Amino acid sequence: MLFTSYGFIGFAAVLVSAYYLVPKRCQWGLLLAASYLFYFIAGPSALLYLLATTAAVWFAALQIEKNVRRQSAYLKARKDILSKDEKKEYKAEQKRVRARWVAACLLLSIGILAVVKYTNFFISNVNGVLDALDRPQLSFVTLALPMGISFYTFQAVGYLIDVYRGKYPAEKNPFRFALFVSFFPLLVQGPISRFDELGGTLYQEHTFDKVTVCSGLQRVLWGYFKKMVIADRMLAAVSTIIGHTDTYTGAYVFVGMIFYTLELYADFTGGIDITIGLAEAMGITVQENFRRPYFSKSLKEYWRRWHISMCSWFREYLFYPVSTSRAMQRFSKFARGRLGEAVGRRLPVYISSFIVWFATGIWHGASWNFIVWGLLNWAVLMLSEELEPLYQRFHDRFPVNGRGAYKLFQTGRTFLLVCVLNIFDCYPSLSVTAGALGSMFTVRNWSVLWDGSLMALGLSGLDYGILAAGLLLMLGVSLAQRSGSVREKIRTLRYPARFAIWYGLFLAVLLMGAYGIGYDASQFIYNQF
Amino acid sequence: MTETKTRKGQIIKIAVTALIVLSGLFLLQRLLMPKYVDGVVEGAFVAEYYRENKDHDVIFVGDCEVYENFSPVVLWQEYGVNSYIRGSAEQYIWQSYYLLEDTLRYETPDVVVFNIQSLQFSESQREAYNRMSLEGMRWSASKVKAIFASMKDNEHFLDYVFPILRYHSRWSELTAADVEYMFTTKRVSHNGYYMRVDVKAAENVPQGKPLADYNFGENAWKYLEKMTALCAEKGIQLILIKAPSLYPYWYPEWEAQVEEYAEKNNLPYINFLELVDEIGIDYTTDTYDGGLHMNLSGAEKLSRYIGRVFREEAGLPDRRGEEKLSAVWAEKAAAYEEEKRAQYQYYGMEEQN
Repeated sequence: MLFTSYGFIGFAAVLVSAYYLVPKRCQWGLLLAASYLFYFIAGPSALLYLLATTAAVWFAALQIEKNVRRQSAYLKARKDILSKDEKKEYKAEQKRVRARWVAACLLLSIGILAVVKYTNFFISNVNGVLDALDRPQLSFVTLALPMGISFYTFQAVGYLIDVYRGKYPAEKNPFRFALFVSFFPLLVQGPISRFDELGGTLYQEHTFDKVTVCSGLQRVLWGYFKKMVIADRMLAAVSTIIGHTDTYTGAYVFVGMIFYTLELYADFTGGIDITIGLAEAMGITVQENFRRPYFSKSLKEYWRRWHISMCSWFREYLFYPVSTSRAMQRFSKFARGRLGEAVGRRLPVYISSFIVWFATGIWHGASWNFIVWGLLNWAVLMLSEELEPLYQRFHDRFPVNGRGAYKLFQTGRTFLLVCVLNIFDCYPSLSVTAGALGSMFTVRNWSVLWDGSLMALGLSGLDYGILAAGLLLMLGVSLAQRSGSVREKIRTLRYPARFAIWYGLFLAVLLMGAYGIGYDASQFIYNQF
Repeated sequence: MTETKTRKGQIIKIAVTALIVLSGLFLLQRLLMPKYVDGVVEGAFVAEYYRENKDHDVIFVGDCEVYENFSPVVLWQEYGVNSYIRGSAEQYIWQSYYLLEDTLRYETPDVVVFNIQSLQFSESQREAYNRMSLEGMRWSASKVKAIFASMKDNEHFLDYVFPILRYHSRWSELTAADVEYMFTTKRVSHNGYYMRVDVKAAENVPQGKPLADYNFGENAWKYLEKMTALCAEKGIQLILIKAPSLYPYWYPEWEAQVEEYAEKNNLPYINFLELVDEIGIDYTTDTYDGGLHMNLSGAEKLSRYIGRVFREEAGLPDRRGEEKLSAVWAEKAAAYEEEKRAQYQYYGMEEQN
């Protein structure tokens, strides 16, 4: 069920109404039923994967907690009998038991994700080798990728690791836990939420509050504007450019990468607005996933403001465990001894980052394009880190830092860098991507930017007008957001002005939205990840 | 007191807001919906029926092979037969069936004429044709069933209920006619007949390509069966016809199936392709698009022939003696003559007698 389908709008409308009509103690139960219904409609067979991950993680987390309780009771009962060493040994043994539960569960959950998402990628790589050896090829397998599997798997795994780390107790009620994993607005494209943040608000009883409901729905409307008026309209031009690589080279590639980056923002943030807004309408707080990322002045800052939940997940559950692992500590010691303090200190961080960016890349998609995209991000970030002293010297000599024009330059530079990196998302293979990128420097057709050729990309002059107005509005809202919630600001206006704004936005979506016959219903880009 | 006042104020605020929202949407919907008053006018035919006095002897149902080939004015003037054509562009057989069902809510004619060309389709081919056939229908169970029977995979029922969802992007192609005909409309047909006086002789008529399967689809048969049963139930004489269109090609295998069906169900079947000489159809003067559809001259010839069938074989009475009905037809005939003159002038032709 697409977020932009009538079915989803009807489903959400009925659910929000029912949510406030059922007894409060039944609210979370209703959400669970709705979430499973939503997932069932998306593909009944995929429900099995969701159930398997949910059951395995819930059970393993419970076993871990039981083990902790057993350990405490055992040690308490024998506190005067056991020696310090015996206690230490017992604790280590129990920790290994708990770690085994985590490992087994990770094997299952991540295993399901790996099999359904990466089997054919693996086969295609093996086929590459077999081809070189002139051996027969392996057949590809038909495996439907269940909706949102990357998101709910990460969410469930994060919970398991948190319980293992003793961050919070395991959830005893399997149905409550099932709701945390399957809460339907988050299934489409996240944010990847933490149990201690989402769980509480998810199970709370909520009383109807006009302001909260309206505020949530206003955000949903804004999300639809970004998705349907901007992203889905831009899609026509982006698809034309990336779908005809022989025709659209040089300046077209430049236009394509700018458009794709803007489309991606409108699409992803629009979807997240719908998610967060819908949850808000039911009184549920979902963490923010973006903080105006295209205003970033460096790639490092960009990754603190873009897809925040994914970045923090990788930091928390991959980067820290890898960088603080015993193996890495040993390597760090070794490197410091051999390569000196400065290099030896940084090398383990860079290796851990490399692993994280490799994982980030492949999480986004089972193709070398995404892996290279991830590793290029890593390379730029590490290079920036290495060049930091040089920047410092430059800024000491030329004190431009903090000045408006320089900030604008930094923002523009970062945006362009993100555009170039994003191009790896667009094209189907590395060779095509390289060809497209290269053509920007070899094909001299920059006149297409002003000779009317852009009108042949599937967008009319009117479409460009709507896009320009939509992008300006999005920019204006982003600028206004820096000093607080725009919805809050609108709420302070008199009723006729408020009404005009929201009714105007509704009509803009209704009349200018790229939906229905003549437009291809487009899935959210991040739903594919 | 203050609380009552506040509550009253709230209610007024909500009512005014709802009024503005709903009337805004209503006006936009009226503005954005195609009006079919110039250019492609076929989309207006179905709705025109509801403005009629519903007392017809004959109802034609079908696609362009009925609404471009028979003139109810001639049928009235020469035989006193009061007829109406419920047809629109590429009207599929299930749409014809539900339009007939809809018609029978208002009246029960003596004869229903159905053109069997649409048997070739067992599912809708284009959304645009669905729209032209269905939008003009008044809401009823028949319309709902017709929509569900017609919708293609990319269509939604809700788009028919709220056409603004379908035509939301038409604002970029609005013309003065969209404003002028927001709440009114003008007649574009003559009892469902679409008049064309111009001539384009039939030359190089395309031949039919061999088909993999010549059998009509199950769905098409289902609706023909339903139509036959409905007419039998209401005591209506159903006449099947095939218009004398030279293309799309009418295959002998199709003809055999229709003949067999008509014989089995004891239904009259007239294939006008076999009566071209008898009727005097001249494809150099009687068609306006190279043999696909009849022009006025061809349509009047066909009407004279089928009028005789109504009179002699179906036994329909001559109603020209009915004063009220004659007055109505006098008006219709005047409009018919006026359009004839206007079209002859438009095409730079000499008026035919």
